[in-house]
Amino acid sequence: MTQVALPIVDRPAEKKIKLDHTNAARAFVTNPDRAPWHDESLWFVRSKRDKQASIIPEWEYLRSLASQVKTATIANLGDYLVEFERNATDAGAVVHWAADAKEHNRIVLGILRDHETTKIVKSKSMLTEECGLNHFLEDNGIDVVDTDLGERIVQLRHETPSHIVLPAIHLKKEEVGETFHEHLGTEKGAKDPKYLAEAARGHLRDKFLAGEVGITGVNFGIAETGGVVVCTNEGNADLGASLPRVHIACMGIEKLVPRLHDLGIFTRLLGRSATGQPITAYTSHFHGPRDENSELHIVLVDNGRSKLRQSDEFRAAMHCIRCGACMNTCPVYRRSGGHSYQATVPGPIGSVLSPTRDLKEHKSLPYACSLCGSCTDVCPVKIPLHHQLLAWRKEIGFMNLLSYDKRISMKAASILFRSAKLFSFAGWVGRKALKVLPHWVTHQRFNTWTIARELPKPPKESFRSWYAKNRNSETPKG
Amino acid sequence: MAVALFIPCYLDQFYPNVAIATLELLESLGLDVVFPTDQTCCGQPMANTGCNNDCAPVARRFVEIFSPYETIVCPSGSCTSMVRNHYDDYFEKGDEKFQHVKNRTFDLCEFLYDELKIKELKSDGKPVRFPHKVSLHQSCHGLRELRLSSCSENMTKRENKVRGLLDLVEGIEWCTLSRVDECCGFGGTFAVNEPDVSASMGRDRIADHVASGSEVMVSADMSCLMHLQGLIRREKTPIQVMHVAEILAGRPLPS
Repeated sequence: MTQVALPIVDRPAEKKIKLDHTNAARAFVTNPDRAPWHDESLWFVRSKRDKQASIIPEWEYLRSLASQVKTATIANLGDYLVEFERNATDAGAVVHWAADAKEHNRIVLGILRDHETTKIVKSKSMLTEECGLNHFLEDNGIDVVDTDLGERIVQLRHETPSHIVLPAIHLKKEEVGETFHEHLGTEKGAKDPKYLAEAARGHLRDKFLAGEVGITGVNFGIAETGGVVVCTNEGNADLGASLPRVHIACMGIEKLVPRLHDLGIFTRLLGRSATGQPITAYTSHFHGPRDENSELHIVLVDNGRSKLRQSDEFRAAMHCIRCGACMNTCPVYRRSGGHSYQATVPGPIGSVLSPTRDLKEHKSLPYACSLCGSCTDVCPVKIPLHHQLLAWRKEIGFMNLLSYDKRISMKAASILFRSAKLFSFAGWVGRKALKVLPHWVTHQRFNTWTIARELPKPPKESFRSWYAKNRNSETPKG
Repeated sequence: MAVALFIPCYLDQFYPNVAIATLELLESLGLDVVFPTDQTCCGQPMANTGCNNDCAPVARRFVEIFSPYETIVCPSGSCTSMVRNHYDDYFEKGDEKFQHVKNRTFDLCEFLYDELKIKELKSDGKPVRFPHKVSLHQSCHGLRELRLSSCSENMTKRENKVRGLLDLVEGIEWCTLSRVDECCGFGGTFAVNEPDVSASMGRDRIADHVASGSEVMVSADMSCLMHLQGLIRREKTPIQVMHVAEILAGRPLPS
């Protein structure tokens, strides 16, 4: 009997008109409970990170070294990828190449179908999020279980992760209790983290035992050995990769480091930057399949990375090791929550990466930033994040993607600032207006500044006017 | 030494007292200070919005106006950083006038601390006093673009130049913040583009200063303080704001 090839369901990606960040953030940031609580939770993680970084005397040296290794790797990425493929293949792994998300998803589905499996356990991988793998597999009849606790919570709630390291950080324990009550049958109103974690552990244990294929992401690929390294705190990737006979590791091509020797630089930085731990609880190395009955598939994914590599301005964003430190430190992210970025990767690095995929769609993200520069200083691989966000703004201006009001107001400002006379006159009018107009005219909702703030009290004269009266340039004050 | 004053546009129009304090402080140190009256703005609002074409003529005009002067001093870390770190887009690499302006434009605090290396402060022959509880708001651009102090993310230890100068003032009682260098949420046009996040950041910043027991928050950047003062006055929070130049020049707490 000839086998009939199963059709592949490949939904076109839904193109939704995105809100700008300001509007998408409003409900979260104006919620008097949620924003301060979210801010505090992430600040706690950042404080732990500061403590860990401060006890490593060579912290800044490590950051420089990591940045240099990444720069060199990305400069010679083609050679390292070939070396990686050769060594991984020699170790018995099967290496696949995917140009984009669609190809990645089809490769994974192909492997699953080859093994006639419908049950997979998946550990956290932002790459598979980026590729929309879960939806694709579910559309094709595969039962996908995310095994990272936070990921499982958001999966049960049909949400996306709001943070790349702490996927459910936007949820309170009461909300997790409700979700578990609905899906896992825990007691109603339960909010004890230990009780809930135990319930999730029991639930996931069954899934692990039933899983026929394990999918993991990859934190680091090592060109010299062809090995892949997966870092988790829950050990779920180890169970997921070791219980089933088949392990599929999905890896962005920028995850390479040249030598095993280089790995220590990054593992020292990763755990400390991400969660303030000296190291992640599990740092697991996979060199080929574990025995002759097992398989290790490595899917190398480009999906826009080569294009990013071409850009002198934004190439350093490929250094990213997905630690999430820039999110934890970002005062905007902390108050607006990850979902306000409407992208797989939120926060400062997400605001740099998302526009590389679709500038028009994500054009508000480079403006969701006060340019405080904290992200740049916290980044363990020295991506000049706030300078890149500024560079995106220039690109947006250059591509004429700015809103009409911004374009006009900046053009007007430019004209104003080209003449000291015009500038002084406008200032005089502004100060007079503030003095004579009633408060409700100068402080209304069309003046965004005054929704929450008072305007400065107008002084009786400008400095230049005072200077003209009090300092005579011909008789400089000695 | 002759010094040209570079007064940010919003200071000129709304905070002349800060500019006057800056001028008198520099004069009291024996400097020959001039205010080139053709100046307007460094162009930062346009540059930060991404409107480089609108910024370019303003930046070129700025360099024309200031290039004749040996030293340019500005009481704002942010505007200083604009000239020093972000003007390269608008000039040829070999442009000597630009290179001169870029190399010789200083924030007021770094000028006093690094260039003049002042060791004492006097006003009318008497030591400057400010007998109040004070907390320091470290503005982000001064902190992370001019490195006026160590910042909490970066493990490189640096002298705190603003604090170093204020330590020359007698009577200050320092109040410690729980988040020493968190952004206030001003961010130039960010304050208008993202009003909810900006105001939320500002309120948190003020709450930290108030909780420290401070009577007055001091900063080397009036722009942060303009935003914070707007929130303080709206919400009638019991704390005041002052620019560091005002305290160094011996001004009292506003009544």
